[in-house]
Amino acid sequence: MNQSPIRIQQSLQKRIAKGGKCLVPYITGGFEGYIEAIYAAAESGADAIEIGIPFSDPVMDGPTIQKANDIVLAKKISPMDILQEIRDVDIEIPLAVMTYYNIVYRFGLERFANALYESGISGAILPDLPLNEAGYWLDAALENETETVLLAAPTTTDKRLQDLCAQSKGFVYAVGLLGITGVRSELARSAVVIAGRCKAITDKPVLVGVGIGTPQQAKEVSEVADGCIVGSAIVQKLLDNEGAEAVGAFVADIRGALDEL
Amino acid sequence: MAMTDPSSDGRFGNFGGMFVPETLIPACEALEEAFRRAWADISFREELNALLADYAGRPSPLTQCERLSEELGYQVLLKREDLNHTGSHKINNVLGQALLAKKMGKSRLVAETGAGQHGVATATAAALFGMDCVVYMGEVDIERQALNVFRMRLLGAEVISATSGSRTLKDAINEAMRDWVATVEDSHYCLGSVMGPHPYPWMVREFHRVIGQEAHEQCQKILGRDPDVVTACVGGGSNALGIFSGFVDTEAELVGVEPAGGAAVFRGTPGVVHGSLSYLMQDEWGQVLEAESISAGLDYPGIGPEHAHLAHIGRARYEKVSDSEVVDAFQLLSRTEGIIPALEPAHALAWMSRAREELAGETVLLNLSGRGDKDATQMMELLG
Repeated sequence: MNQSPIRIQQSLQKRIAKGGKCLVPYITGGFEGYIEAIYAAAESGADAIEIGIPFSDPVMDGPTIQKANDIVLAKKISPMDILQEIRDVDIEIPLAVMTYYNIVYRFGLERFANALYESGISGAILPDLPLNEAGYWLDAALENETETVLLAAPTTTDKRLQDLCAQSKGFVYAVGLLGITGVRSELARSAVVIAGRCKAITDKPVLVGVGIGTPQQAKEVSEVADGCIVGSAIVQKLLDNEGAEAVGAFVADIRGALDEL
Repeated sequence: MAMTDPSSDGRFGNFGGMFVPETLIPACEALEEAFRRAWADISFREELNALLADYAGRPSPLTQCERLSEELGYQVLLKREDLNHTGSHKINNVLGQALLAKKMGKSRLVAETGAGQHGVATATAAALFGMDCVVYMGEVDIERQALNVFRMRLLGAEVISATSGSRTLKDAINEAMRDWVATVEDSHYCLGSVMGPHPYPWMVREFHRVIGQEAHEQCQKILGRDPDVVTACVGGGSNALGIFSGFVDTEAELVGVEPAGGAAVFRGTPGVVHGSLSYLMQDEWGQVLEAESISAGLDYPGIGPEHAHLAHIGRARYEKVSDSEVVDAFQLLSRTEGIIPALEPAHALAWMSRAREELAGETVLLNLSGRGDKDATQMMELLG
């Protein structure tokens, strides 16, 4: 990869400027068929893709993503293996990794940020690295042009929300509910509330994730938000061996629902 | 002086911090604020001290061991945390946290447990204060600690099996944190050791400081001086910090003893898991390794951040012992003193037994953090 990674924020804003809503699917890195799933999602209307790098103790993740994690870890697939494979991915939308801080810490902050750059990965989402602990990482990320997406939760105070939105790059990841990743039967009211709170104070794209698992929920939350992140519902398709085609079809369904707005 | 309050960002030297999802940050900050206020409040202290005395049975005695001393060739004293209500030191911390949680308006306690001692203590405090209680316990530990599972249920707690990963303490903590992320508004996470995000390592140590304070006074009374060595087992390390806190400013050597299969100081490198930066057993990519120990309470790949700091600055030293040494020590104390220890403190005794030449002529204080009833079934199968 010789050119700089595509900027997440610019890509999303392009969609938003045209009156559209953004869709960011999450795919577990290293899982069988994940590269094909990335291509399928990209071709079916994703605006960016979040690639999970499995960690042994993912405290923000529910049973679906945990299970996919465990399968990858059992095969001894390392974070570096995943980053190497992604180097060869050739798509027109930006990529971000989602992993836990110990993976980054162990790698070395500079070295990890640089590895992301070398693999053409634009952003990083680290759910157990809150803003107060993020200083060293943000420096390393800045140095390597990595956009660090910060998370805003329903419990976040107004003061913190200001800081988070100001410092977040790429977009603001609004956590839709009090809880861990996983599909819920209904959209939590908190999803709309947190999206609204973020939108009121930032011009950056605000995407809601956690608890968004159906085209209907994606549409509902995106009435307020600039779009959403869909994870467990997609990973479930990989777990069920439905393959990249099913991932693509599902992403297209959500895209269709969002385009109705 | 070596065990003061952590820095404003929750650090002991380089270790500690608050590495938790954003959802939990406001709860950790509120807890820190509430604890800081309560700990400086005489009426809170009095209320807690009354509970510790009239409910938990403090002060716990200091026992001089004549026959064990003769066997080992040096003077041995035991701080008898095994005689507390619920059978271990865990009750000190749990009464403090439950009282604090109640004052913060929380109605539900969430806890993790390894051997079940912290789970039993939390279930006990929940019953005492009329709070709901959920305890996460690794599937493997539920099998080997059936008695404690029954006790928790008897006390009205819900015990939930942690079936992910190694299905032991580490995974029970993951599940407890996931629960807390979803229930943070009405639940308090009653963490059982000197680990996790700030303020837990500090707060839990403070609630166990009573062990060291009492022991220090008792040593003055019995010996007229400080012991030469103070030792305790270390998983997360709460009982060890409790007793160390009373002697950190003396000349006494402080020795923490870890299981060989969970020796975070010996085999670990700095890493971040469960909310803090500390020594951690991990692979080259930062995946946390599974600890393996005969003792469910020490079956943990990390260690509290203040222990990492004490090791780093050389104020405490950390040793490791094998499961078979522990089994021998378990029997040794039973036979020489008529005290059946929990497998956890038997680790410290195992080191004392191995190091008898080094310790000849010294006076050694061991924190006997719990009693061995819970381990009887497991030992019965092993020893026949």
